[in-house]
Parts: sequence; C-alpha cells; structure tokens
Amino acid sequence: MTALTPRLRWTFSDGLTLVGRELGRLRQEPGELVAALVFPAVMVVLFGYVFGSAIQVPGGGDYREYLMPGLFSMVTFSAVMAVMTRVATDASRGVMDRFRSMPMARLAVPFGQTGADSLIGLLMLAIMVGAGLLVGWQPHRGLLPTAGAFLLLMVLRYALSWVGVYVGLAVKNDQVADAMVPLFLPFTMLSNSFVPTDGMPGWLRFLADWNPVSALTAASRELFGNPGAPSGDVAWPLAHPVATVLLWSAALLVVFVPLSVRAYNRGGR
Amino acid sequence: MPDPIVVAEGLHKSFGNTHALRGLDLSVPRGTVCGVLGPNGAGKTTAVRILATLSDPDAGHARIAGYDVVRDAGKVRARIGLAGQYAAVDEKLTGRGNLRMFGRLSHLSRREAHRRADELLERFGLMDAADRQVAGYSGGMRRRLDLITSLILRPEVLFLDEPTTGLDPRSRGEIWDSVRELVAEGTTVLLTTQYLDEADQLADDIAVIDHGQVIATGTPDELKATIGDRLDVELEDPAALSTAATVLNALAGTEPTMTGADQLSVALSGGGFRLADIVRELDRAGVAAADVRLRRPTLDEVFLRLTDRKETVR
Repeated sequence: MTALTPRLRWTFSDGLTLVGRELGRLRQEPGELVAALVFPAVMVVLFGYVFGSAIQVPGGGDYREYLMPGLFSMVTFSAVMAVMTRVATDASRGVMDRFRSMPMARLAVPFGQTGADSLIGLLMLAIMVGAGLLVGWQPHRGLLPTAGAFLLLMVLRYALSWVGVYVGLAVKNDQVADAMVPLFLPFTMLSNSFVPTDGMPGWLRFLADWNPVSALTAASRELFGNPGAPSGDVAWPLAHPVATVLLWSAALLVVFVPLSVRAYNRGGR
Repeated sequence: MPDPIVVAEGLHKSFGNTHALRGLDLSVPRGTVCGVLGPNGAGKTTAVRILATLSDPDAGHARIAGYDVVRDAGKVRARIGLAGQYAAVDEKLTGRGNLRMFGRLSHLSRREAHRRADELLERFGLMDAADRQVAGYSGGMRRRLDLITSLILRPEVLFLDEPTTGLDPRSRGEIWDSVRELVAEGTTVLLTTQYLDEADQLADDIAVIDHGQVIATGTPDELKATIGDRLDVELEDPAALSTAATVLNALAGTEPTMTGADQLSVALSGGGFRLADIVRELDRAGVAAADVRLRRPTLDEVFLRLTDRKETVR
C-alpha cells in the first residue's frame, strides 16, 4: 500500500496538470469554446422557433421547454467528438509519444483528458442553461431533482468521454478524427431530443428508444418537470430513464476505461 | 573502451510482414554522439522508439545506463530525452506554457518547473517568443522548442530522431550548435539522420544501417578510409571525355562516373597512386586536364557505396 500511495498521488497530480493544460488552451483560444457552443445555439433558434411552430409536444406544453433537455443531451454527447479529436491530435503530433517517454504516471493521460472534458462540459452546460432561461425554459421541480438532472448529464458525459479517448487512440490521426465528427450526428438526432419517437417507423423507433441520448433527454425532462413525458406503450428505457442512464454510464465505463488504458499503454508498440 | 551507456543487442522488430529490425546491435560510449545513418525505411525510427521505451522489441534487448528498456522502463524514462521528427509540443499553448506543463509532468515542483522553463527559453534564444502560441512559430523555432522540452530533466541520453528534417540551413545550424553545447556538457546523443553532412558535423561515431541491420560502423574518417580516396578530373575539352574515362578505368580498375559535362570522378581503392603518374597517363593519351584533384571521399559517397553494395549482395 505504501508503494502504491506515491504512484496514486502522481497519477492525481499529473492528471491535474493535464486538466490545467486544457484550461490553458481555452485561455489561448476561447474561440474554440464559442465555436463548440454555436451549433447548440443555432439549434435553439432553428428548432425552438422554426420547427417549434409546427411541432406538437405530446401531452401539450411549450416546445422550447420540451427542446432544452434535448439540447442539453446533445451538448453532453458532443464529449465523444471533442475528446476523440483532442486525443487523436495528441497522438498524431507526437505529444502522446512524449508523454509515454516521460517518467510520468501512466494512467494520468486518459484520466487527465477525461477530467478536463468534464470541466469544459460543466462550463458549456452552464452557458446552455443561461441560453435556455433566455428562451423561456426553466426547471419546475425544485432544487434536488434539478441538481439530480445536472448530475445525470455530467455522469453520462464522463462515461462518453472515455469512448472519445478510445476512438481517438484507435484512429491516431487528427484529420481522420475531424472527418469522423459528422458521423456522430445521427446519435443525437436519432432520439427523442427534438421530436417524439412514436411517429418513427418501427425499426427506427427501436433504435431511438434504446439510444442513451433518448434516456438522458427523458430523464432530464422528468427531473426538470419539462413537458414531453411519453404516454401509452413506452419502451423500457424511456419508462425508467434515470436507471437507464446510470446503467448506460456504468456499461460504457466498464468497457471503455480498460480498453482506453490498454490502448494508451500499448500505443505504437 | 569506456563503458557504453546505450547498448542494443540483437534487436528484432516486425510489423506484420515488414521486418523493420533484423538483429540490430549498437553501443554508444558515454558522452559521445552516435550518428545512426540510413535510407528511409532502414529501421532508424523503430530503433529509437525501442530505445526510448515507446515500443518493445520482438527479440533481443537494450539497456540505457544499465537499465533494461522493457523491464526497467520507468528508470530509463527518468534518464532520457526524446525529440522527434515532428515537433511534439502542444500547438495551442505558448512556448512557456509547454515547458511549464512538461516540467510539471516531469515531477518538478511548480516553482522549479517555472524556473527551468525560463532558463531553457533564455539559453536557447526563445525568450522573445515565450508567450506566443506555438501555432505561430516558424518550423525552426518549433523544432528548437521540441528539443529543449526534452532537456527539462537534464537527460543523460538524448535521442534525436531526424532533428533537422525539413529545416532551412540556418535553422539546421542553430540546432547543430545546441547539440554541440549539450555534448560539451556531457550529454550522450544518439542522432538519426538521412543527411550525411549532419552526421559528419556532429557524430563521433557512425552506424550505417540498412534493412534493419548495422552494415558499417566507425568514425567518419574511418568510414571514408574504407572506400579509398577519390580522383576528380576536369577536362579542357569535353570531347576528350571518353578517352579520359578509358584511361581512368585502366588506372583505377573501376568505371569512373560523370560529375559534369567535362568532369569525371573515380574511386581509387588501393593506395600508392601519385598525382604525377595520373597526369602523365592522361597526357600520354592526349587528354588535356584543366584540373586533377586527389581527395578524401565524402560521407555521401561512402554511404551510397555501402548501401549499394548491400543491395548487390542480396
């Protein structure tokens, strides 16, 4: 145990240094954060005001209230692409090799990168909440459920960021990673985030119902007290959205943490 | 022989069907510069990656300062620095920010990391650009930053994998000066390069590798001596070229090469050639020479000869 303690301490402190690195990068290029927020902001306007005028919220209610939890989920899911791109850039520019050739803690790199993403995610979520309040969205169920919703968003984001680490280490090339970003769009669109899943063809609805993004959106709607709770014949994940999000998070972590750590340690061998 | 600080014995490494290394042996004495020279794909980078603990050999073993690169990788990492072909620094951060981050990751205290960053920036002439984003650096500045990042922990062994590839002559000169300074302080340097003048300038010993094996070792002078002196002849009249070639062929026993419209060059493998005899032979054949020079071969000629011979043997 005494032999483990310094190693743990270095893992933690090296991880913190890498979190600091991401903050340093943001300070150099605040535009990156702005750019990451432009898309969801455009979505607020596009969906909230353009499509919102024509879309009926199931069970009634304001479309923008219905929409915001979906956009929170979309921003949450963007962790996969953001982390993938950062990791692939480090791998292709030789930064990852420098880390590996240094006497630093081995686990610090993936943990630092996912930890940094959580901080960035928190910042983005805060900005999105501000935007939501501006267009008339608000939580209705009091402090604890609201805090629970944010916690759930962050838990799934952290789990998804490990998917990004693994994919980034696997592609090892920043240009390939950039080209892959649009491929992730269906994950957020093929869900209940913008329209109810009832109207989709059966096979598509099945995919949308079991998409973790749908569960996250449903859980946020429930905890924020926003409209859009599905009624009638509801798939299990959407009937138990909070449990589903936690299960998805646990499953992603169990699979992708060991895969990523192994990929990092064996990189280039 | 002084104790070698870098030792590689029988390194093998394959990637699929490609045999990058086939029994590579290397030994670098402490405080010297070893130039690893070879054409593209000869296995230079693979060898450096194994020595720098980034890759495991399939067979054979290697030690740095007595520590095995596989079993004692952590101890090896604390003693080496690595600067690569591409500048392995964070382009989004400033030069100073990079050095501080890598200093912290090398487990220096915050204050020590800051102090070391300033010291290196000052010493290697990057202080003016310290607070600019690396994305705006020139190629030479990036490479220099990459180099000094690998010096944070004052490594005993510095691996430079093609440190000047793609740089302009001035930036190359600056990198060379930095390397010379480090060597003067006792750092051992293992340098891979495709540039023969770079090895000639910097290396105490050269290992020529081709197809994953060392095919020749020695000081630059020793290597040059292995293929003998060269004779360069410049003619007054290009029309006499073929006659001159015949004379030189008879003298040297090998085919001379044309190095210009009126110039020939030939290797003289044995000793005992006298300039006066050569001139007389040319004269007897009616060839008027504007200039006849006997000189040591360049490393380029040695290299081409060595890698070429290897081809014909296979």
